[in-house]
Amino acid sequence: MATTDFLFLFPIMVIAGAPVMMMLIIVLVRNLKVIYTSSLVMLGIALLSLFTIVPQTTHQIGSLLIIDRYGIMFLGIIFFTSMLVTVLSYEYLCKHYGEREEYFIILFVAVLGASILVIANHFVTFFLGLETLSISLYVLIAYLRSRDQCIEAGVKFLVIASLATAFLLFGMGLIYAGTGTMSFLDMAQSMAKGKPLSVLLLAGYGLIFTGVGFKLALVPFHMWAPDVYQGAPAPVTAFIATISKGAVLALALRLFANHQGHHPDTIRIVISGISILSMFTGNLLALGQTSVKRLLAYSSIAHLGYLLITLLAGTNEGIEAAIFYILVYSLNTIGAFGAISVLSEQIRDADNITDFEGLFWHNPLIAILLTLSFLSLAGIPLTAGFMSKFYLVLAGVRSGLWLLAFSLIINSAISLYYYLRVIKTMFTPTDTVKAIRLTPLTGMVLIVITFSILLLGIFPSIVTGP
Amino acid sequence: MSGGVISWIAGRRNTMLARLVSLFTVAASLVVVILFCFRQDFHSGKEWIIEYSASWIPEYGIGMHLALDGLSLLMLILTFLIGVLAILVSWNEIGENIGFFHFNILWILSGITGVFLSMDLFLFYFFWEMMLIPMYFLIGIWGHENRIYASYKFFIFTQASGLLMFLAILGLYLVHGSSSGTYTFDYQQLLGTTMSPPLEFLLMTGFLVAFLVKLPAFPFHSWLPDAHTEAPTAGSLILAALMLKTGAYGILRFAVPLFPHASVSFAPAGMVLGIAGILYGAKLAFAQTDLKRLVAYTSVSHMGFVLTGIYAFNELAGQGVVMQMIAHGISTGALFILVGQLYERLHTHDLNRMGGLWEKMPAMGAMGLLFSMASLGLPGLANFIAEFLTLAGIFKSSILFASLASLGLVAATLYSLRIVQKVFFGRKTSAITARDLTVRESLVLGIMVIAIVFAGLFPQPILDTTKQVIVKTIHVKEQTGYGYH
Repeated sequence: MATTDFLFLFPIMVIAGAPVMMMLIIVLVRNLKVIYTSSLVMLGIALLSLFTIVPQTTHQIGSLLIIDRYGIMFLGIIFFTSMLVTVLSYEYLCKHYGEREEYFIILFVAVLGASILVIANHFVTFFLGLETLSISLYVLIAYLRSRDQCIEAGVKFLVIASLATAFLLFGMGLIYAGTGTMSFLDMAQSMAKGKPLSVLLLAGYGLIFTGVGFKLALVPFHMWAPDVYQGAPAPVTAFIATISKGAVLALALRLFANHQGHHPDTIRIVISGISILSMFTGNLLALGQTSVKRLLAYSSIAHLGYLLITLLAGTNEGIEAAIFYILVYSLNTIGAFGAISVLSEQIRDADNITDFEGLFWHNPLIAILLTLSFLSLAGIPLTAGFMSKFYLVLAGVRSGLWLLAFSLIINSAISLYYYLRVIKTMFTPTDTVKAIRLTPLTGMVLIVITFSILLLGIFPSIVTGP
Repeated sequence: MSGGVISWIAGRRNTMLARLVSLFTVAASLVVVILFCFRQDFHSGKEWIIEYSASWIPEYGIGMHLALDGLSLLMLILTFLIGVLAILVSWNEIGENIGFFHFNILWILSGITGVFLSMDLFLFYFFWEMMLIPMYFLIGIWGHENRIYASYKFFIFTQASGLLMFLAILGLYLVHGSSSGTYTFDYQQLLGTTMSPPLEFLLMTGFLVAFLVKLPAFPFHSWLPDAHTEAPTAGSLILAALMLKTGAYGILRFAVPLFPHASVSFAPAGMVLGIAGILYGAKLAFAQTDLKRLVAYTSVSHMGFVLTGIYAFNELAGQGVVMQMIAHGISTGALFILVGQLYERLHTHDLNRMGGLWEKMPAMGAMGLLFSMASLGLPGLANFIAEFLTLAGIFKSSILFASLASLGLVAATLYSLRIVQKVFFGRKTSAITARDLTVRESLVLGIMVIAIVFAGLFPQPILDTTKQVIVKTIHVKEQTGYGYH
């Protein structure tokens, strides 16, 4: 490895070194605040160091990793979102007792897994990143051991994720048997030759897509999402919904979009079908939910369905749209889960819709954040969600995916109903007044999210321009 | 001058953000805006009176392009007039969360202003959707008993149709981009895009669905009675007087000029829909026992005239349409205000529980009589001019349609007289002790009386203002070279 390689890998090494450092700190002094501060600092360093390495050209490290603008964008999103999650987690953990410091260590390991995923260029790194991410997620989901629901969700996720891993591994094996390479680029080249895919390769891709589909909770692999979303602690759910899914999608984009749309018809049809199914299933099932966390789980199924459009578009425009969409979606979701975790109590999370009754009248700040997040998820103009949907539809329509764009539009209309239901609840007057204390930093994070949703909704060029 | 346009919007945004700004300040600022409107010189020969353009999201050819011509100017005056009245009307009616209420009202008004000014399709859609959320809150928070249902219905109807329009906008953008090489959402550049007839028709349908739902034309009107009935008075006023007009404005400004061929071939169908709206709305209005619902259905009927008039494609009908938009805004708005005032006193909208109110409230009775007469098109009031011009225009293009449409006038007489008879005359149902109009209420209605009488007696300034636009729009038919007779 050359020295430049180390330079480019610096952010990743910061993230990898952080858990070790934090374990040592715990040995010396066990204090939640110290761990929290140091993890924020480490994430901050990693985020800042990204700016120093924005490369003009793509930098490859061996055949395993690739650091390009695309990867860096995703790394930025991951680090930024992790910071938000960290702040929310601290607020959330303050309400609990017991050994809470290790939470942040595991969180870092998960971030490390996600970061490796987005710069992976080889099946080995792909698998390594995914497993690092998943295994730390099992622990995080079941972190609050006193709650039955948490354990249940953790076990469910464990079973499903292992199954998905098995599919993935088998798929990788088949593709390796078919092409003789495990590097993404070589595979793309052999695909681009235009030969019809052999059954072996097709099966390989199918299995890999199944594995990815499990991780992204696409229909028909979505069964785990509602239970896990509901059972896991709110900040962890936010992490799964944004970073974990974002990283896997980033990888899928790299794997599939490398082919610049040279997909054989079978793959196109299957992906379109899954996309449309996910949109409809997610939105229709969300309609009747009374638990906000379950509702968000179903809505995330639908959103991932929308995002598959970029996978099919395969153009640069589509990839830009995907990056922007994931960024905005992460902001919205963190906003929503942030509000939930702030409102949560020690015994249970505030995920019932009645917990939000009259929120606007006694906690306007949280209510405004939540309203904006939901409107943005619904894609109403003036919020970032609208712009991101606009880019997505435009990218889709330009690649001739009218059917998908049309079903996205229909689904946006359906989804309005349940988003509005939550918003309406917040404006229902109530007598019970629940005072909520926010630490200044949490308050600031909530305000930052609120403003970025608005800002990206009005001036999206600041992100998409350069 | 372009700075003025921006400062309206910017200045108004600021008041909106300061949500607890008192009612008075808001009303005053709106009055200032109206005065500003009146000072414009709109007799010049230029196409736009004011134009402002800046780039917004240049990568996608989206610009911040605003422009004002006679039609938009007239609509803006109406917007701000109704805006002031809406705030005055809700002075006592709204007791809770006043700050948030006014935030919503202003937000809606600025959305409507934006719709009337945008010359960029993306921006237009942006404003178009922007006014929905606050309207949803207005109905959902301050409405009557069944408000939740009504607010959902309103929102989902308009939003879904808006999304279809959005898809059509994207389609137009791509078609224009691939044929000319420049991808842009700018209205003037998109004018005259050439495309194949089936595609043109498809895209026009996308636009039309949004506009027809908003208008609302038969058979897309079913959200309207619910939304109107459940909304607070200010909400119904803005809905009836302004939001419905955005639909008509959209057809005049966008659907027809952007898709001339398709519009001409759609014209007979458009007129049939319009006439169906006139008769069906009138019939349902006559059958209502809920006073507010009755007024709501008269809107459907009156908007039928607008739709039929637009698709008659001649200058007379076009002028009539503009007059109708103004006249309906004022007369129906006033009727909603009266209904609201009655509700404040009697706490009911039920016609059967009213009656014999003239003795108690002669002033209100007189107002009610006047605006009902306006609604049925009594000469001397603005609605007469509007309906007369529209009918004369329709007559030129189709005698059959004109005679059917004039049946609507007969029906209008029936339901308008029924309002007066049931509410103000007739048997006294109970001993009602209610005040007559207060000074504030008289002021509000007085402004509307002046407006409607003025427009009825001296329609010429209004017609002059919009003549240029209308002539340009209806020339579509001659340009396309084929029509129907």
